[in-house]
Amino acid sequence: MRQKLAHIFRLGLKELTSLRHDTVLLLFLVYAFSVAIYMPAAGSLLGVHNASAAFVDEDHSQISRRLAESLQMPEFQPPLMLSHDQIDAALDSGRQTFVINVPVNFQADLLAGRQPELQVNIDATAMSQAFMGAGYIRRIFQSELYAYTQQSPQQPATLASRALFNSNLESGWFLGVIQIVNNVTILAIILTGTALLREREHGTLDHLLVLPLTALEIMLAKVWSNALVVVCCTWLALELIVRGALGVPLTGSMPLFLGVTALYLFACTSLGIFLATLARSIPQFGLLAIPVIIPMLMLSGGTTPLDSMPVWLQNLMQFSPSTHFVTLSTSILFRDAGVSVIWPDIAALAGIGLAFFLIALARFRRTLAA
Amino acid sequence: MTELALRASGIGHAYGRQTALSDIGFSLPAGSRCGLIGPDGAGKSSLLGLIAGVKTLQQGTLEVLGGPIDQRRHRASLYPRIAFMPQGLGHNLYPELSIRENIRFFATLFGLSRTQCDEQMARLLAATDLDRFAERPAGKLSGGMKQKLGLCCALIHEPDLLILDEPTTGVDPLSRRRFWELVERVRSERPQLTLLVATAYMEEAAQFEHCLMLDQGRLLAAGLTADLAASTASGKLDDAFTHFQGGSARQHVPLEIPPLAISPETGGEREIAIEAHDLTLRFGDFTAVKQVNFAIRRGEIFGFLGSNGCGKTTTMKVLTGLLPASEGSARLLGQAVDAGDLATRKRVGFMSQSFSLYGELSVRQNLELHARLFDLPKAESQARSQSLIERFDLGAHADDQAGELPLGLRQRLSLAVAVIHRPEVLILDEPTSGVDPAARDDFWRLLVELSREQGVTIFLSTHFMNEAERCDRISLMHAGEVLACDTPAALQAQLGGDSLEEAFVHCLEQAQGDTAVSSELPAGTSTQPDNPRGFSLRRLLAVSSREGKELRRDPVRLAFALVGALFMMVIFGYGISLDVEDLAFAAFDQDNSTESRAYLEAFRGSRYFAEHAPIHSPQELHRRLQRSEIKLALEIPPGFGRDLQAGRQPQIGVWLDGGMPFRAETSRNYVEAVHLLNLQRMAEESSQPTASAEPAKLEVRFRYNQDVISVNAIGPGVMALVLAMIPAMLTALGVVREKELGSITNFYATPLSRLEFLLGKQLPYVALSLLNLALLVALNRWLFGVPFKGSAATLALGGLLYVLACTSLGLLISSFTRTQIAAILGTMIITTLPTIQFSGLIVPRSSLEGGAALMGNLFPAGYFLDIAVGTFTKALGLAELWPKCLALLGFFLAFSGLSLLLLKKQEA
Repeated sequence: MRQKLAHIFRLGLKELTSLRHDTVLLLFLVYAFSVAIYMPAAGSLLGVHNASAAFVDEDHSQISRRLAESLQMPEFQPPLMLSHDQIDAALDSGRQTFVINVPVNFQADLLAGRQPELQVNIDATAMSQAFMGAGYIRRIFQSELYAYTQQSPQQPATLASRALFNSNLESGWFLGVIQIVNNVTILAIILTGTALLREREHGTLDHLLVLPLTALEIMLAKVWSNALVVVCCTWLALELIVRGALGVPLTGSMPLFLGVTALYLFACTSLGIFLATLARSIPQFGLLAIPVIIPMLMLSGGTTPLDSMPVWLQNLMQFSPSTHFVTLSTSILFRDAGVSVIWPDIAALAGIGLAFFLIALARFRRTLAA
Repeated sequence: MTELALRASGIGHAYGRQTALSDIGFSLPAGSRCGLIGPDGAGKSSLLGLIAGVKTLQQGTLEVLGGPIDQRRHRASLYPRIAFMPQGLGHNLYPELSIRENIRFFATLFGLSRTQCDEQMARLLAATDLDRFAERPAGKLSGGMKQKLGLCCALIHEPDLLILDEPTTGVDPLSRRRFWELVERVRSERPQLTLLVATAYMEEAAQFEHCLMLDQGRLLAAGLTADLAASTASGKLDDAFTHFQGGSARQHVPLEIPPLAISPETGGEREIAIEAHDLTLRFGDFTAVKQVNFAIRRGEIFGFLGSNGCGKTTTMKVLTGLLPASEGSARLLGQAVDAGDLATRKRVGFMSQSFSLYGELSVRQNLELHARLFDLPKAESQARSQSLIERFDLGAHADDQAGELPLGLRQRLSLAVAVIHRPEVLILDEPTSGVDPAARDDFWRLLVELSREQGVTIFLSTHFMNEAERCDRISLMHAGEVLACDTPAALQAQLGGDSLEEAFVHCLEQAQGDTAVSSELPAGTSTQPDNPRGFSLRRLLAVSSREGKELRRDPVRLAFALVGALFMMVIFGYGISLDVEDLAFAAFDQDNSTESRAYLEAFRGSRYFAEHAPIHSPQELHRRLQRSEIKLALEIPPGFGRDLQAGRQPQIGVWLDGGMPFRAETSRNYVEAVHLLNLQRMAEESSQPTASAEPAKLEVRFRYNQDVISVNAIGPGVMALVLAMIPAMLTALGVVREKELGSITNFYATPLSRLEFLLGKQLPYVALSLLNLALLVALNRWLFGVPFKGSAATLALGGLLYVLACTSLGLLISSFTRTQIAAILGTMIITTLPTIQFSGLIVPRSSLEGGAALMGNLFPAGYFLDIAVGTFTKALGLAELWPKCLALLGFFLAFSGLSLLLLKKQEA
């Protein structure tokens, strides 16, 4: 037993030495844990954020100007002024998502209490903004119009909404963490898979397999060394990029999160090894990896909500480790959830990881030596 | 004075900081034959590459067939006059293509017409005796046949200079003999043909009138072979080479092998260390090893002699437990071979054919790592490593990285690693291939010591006859079968012949029934190839059809590309949805009045909400949100009904989970909508006068997609995602794989231009991707029911341009990466982020900021997404979408242009 552990330790050290000499890989690590996290989190936010809007002002009145000014950052870009015949082109080209048309005599009709009509044209192919943006615009305009006409809404009951865990609903927080999840996934699967196939092509794997080592030791060495590197990178990225550059207050327990990350890596590395035992060559592996990795990224609940998917797909995605990891990440980092709350996901992650690991182990010697 | 074929002076060549050649100068008359000898890494291949025009000349002057090779015009005129066969068995052939298809491909590159090609091919195939196998894929040929095919491909265009780089290394002696007979016949027909051959076999070099000796990048000697050989007493080229290596080389001492002692305790018959009984191994329907039998006694040096691919390596892998035998049994040290038996593995040392150490670790680290893996205690590992470093004379390099050592030293280190744990059996797979003669002798001294002094059983494979002669016993292997097995002397006596090689040739001739020398080379009409200087559509199509055939014959890759695309389309079509339904909510009703129940009823009745068990305390509310069991909670304050009646405007609390901000926002919108409905109902029910109407009516028009259904926008968008990743991944390996496998040489050495090469490679993948596009459109239209409103022709044009752009991107990545791993990783990194995040699939491109916006604009996916969504959902046509099409065309031209710049017609 102690000998086995020593083997795993030594082989893992060897992996780390190899990594240190691989410049291309190191460059990718740096990119994946800096630019690839910062850029989307700072500039591509889901929801009504920096939405493009335009005004067609046929009234040229005080109120039409006030309405135009009421659309403000961060939800809306300063509106562009268009003429009536430019509406179609602006929406067709996707340059504008919202085009608001203030008709002639709007102000006069408004003040006369004739309830004039205000037209909001929305490019409904901009799925993430269309519906929600309509709600925003309605809310902003009505309060502006009430203020202008000096009426106050008479409502029998009011609504007060409060968001727990992220009171301003800043989506940059979420995206920063999700990007880390995504990069960890790509790294773990591609790296272990291609490294294994490369060792097979270069014959070093044969060499390992004739040493008095079991496949279990070889695989565990890969898992721990990769996990160590990626967990360290994750920790640095969280502290420097997410907390530092993006200014996200991470409330949860860092050790718990890093522990869960290590568990996730175990699952992904095993998956990578498993895929490598399925593919016969590196080109095949490349093509096989796409339909595995991309759905893991897109359908984990990190990009679009899991609840919006059909039930069968939700159930299918329960077999993907990324789904559980996304839930765990947000639970730990934002909701400050402890083990007592999140253990079912941890158990699922461990179970999936173990299953992949055992399948990979069973196939390892059989397929790689051939 | 005869015309010169080659004149070189002051040639130098370096790879980075490593010098491969320095100050080489010689000349060679036209029509002569010249051998080039030297150990691996001496610079032979670099020199031949320079002469063939495959590598860029860095230093010095080199005139080939009457003009400087570094002049582009002259080089272009040389392509049809030079034939180059690179090192390695069939490395420049296409394994998926048949013999006939391979030859045709080369013929087309050299501008031969179909009739010229067929005529020439018929002659060559008849002469090489390959015509019986004309339809067999090159990958399934034996080593000797591959080399003959390589020669056919090289000779198809009737060159004036034939350059062969180790054409017979690893080929069995009979095939080797046939190969040279063929070359001789060609030469007798074309006396002006100059022949330049690098070889590892001294006896081959001895046949040629000229000889070049190369060592460590320097030219040791050049001149007439007879003169060089005469410089030592023995008159042998081997010894001459060692002589010219001069002072730097070790003093040459002939190798003495003491006879194998018969150990007294077992009385004559020594115990058996390795035994195989009717060992058979099949891969599918291919039998790699057929009923092999042998028994190796303890302390014996047993050699396996045979050509590459005859089953030597496979047999060794079975013995080490790497491969399970299909039939028969193998025993090692008295135990049946078992992959799981770690105890036996500790008694065996293995050195595989490929260099199997860790290049990044130093010599000492390699030794110590292996010592520890064999469970030697720390102190003993260090001591043992040190003693091996001394014994194997590695002291000067103990702290150098193993990957940077010269080959001879690496082989010694490999052996040191293999014996670190004092094994009783050593299995060595071609341990000395590529090592110079003197270093080989050193290596053998170590082996003899291990065998004779320490009683280690050594089982090795080789294709050098002189090494086979040193073994106690050898077994001749061919095509998976052991033809004969005995001591070298006995075999020679039994099979006849002056040497062991003769004996082996006789043995092979008997086995194959191949006695007659193949027919004379029939006279052919002289070919007049048509080699247009500029762009040639024929060459381009030849590349395309070859690439297309390879793709069709790799059904796994084809299936992954098609099925992977459809799979992603289906699950993303269903999965990427921003529609909200069945939002999990729970009520914390502290009033429990008729009014509060009526208020909540509106939520219960909505298809957007799904109610979970009610909440009873604020703590419970927090906990259930934290657990993500519910996405929102509605809190109705105590006295809600009473306050409502009294017009005191009670406040309802909505608690959202901010951990996923987008969902929280959406939920809030839906809650507000239901709240408004509630207010309307209250207004209708109440006896009080209606609250004042809104000052203005807000008329919201959802364009293109009235019901705001996700799939109508996402479905066409997913096409942009899928068609960015798969085509790019398909082509990304196109060039780099040829670089790794070696067939890229055909691009360097033929008139094929860069544009023809790139476009030719691209075409089949464009066709495959267009098929993918059609399937994706069909899925969108009929599976997801996305209405198609716009111009189909525009979608087709946009799709074509997009696929062109993405396949070009793949080729671009392929042009600048050096390994397949880097290409895969690069493709994944370069395509993932801009397609998923910055293409407008989920977040509209018009609201991207900063670097994200820039990346979105600099990547083709966003433009095609606009075209796909525009034609599908927005009912647009070319009139509106032409700028996007133009942008895609721009990407295609830019990526292709960059690839053209990055792809060099010569290597460094």
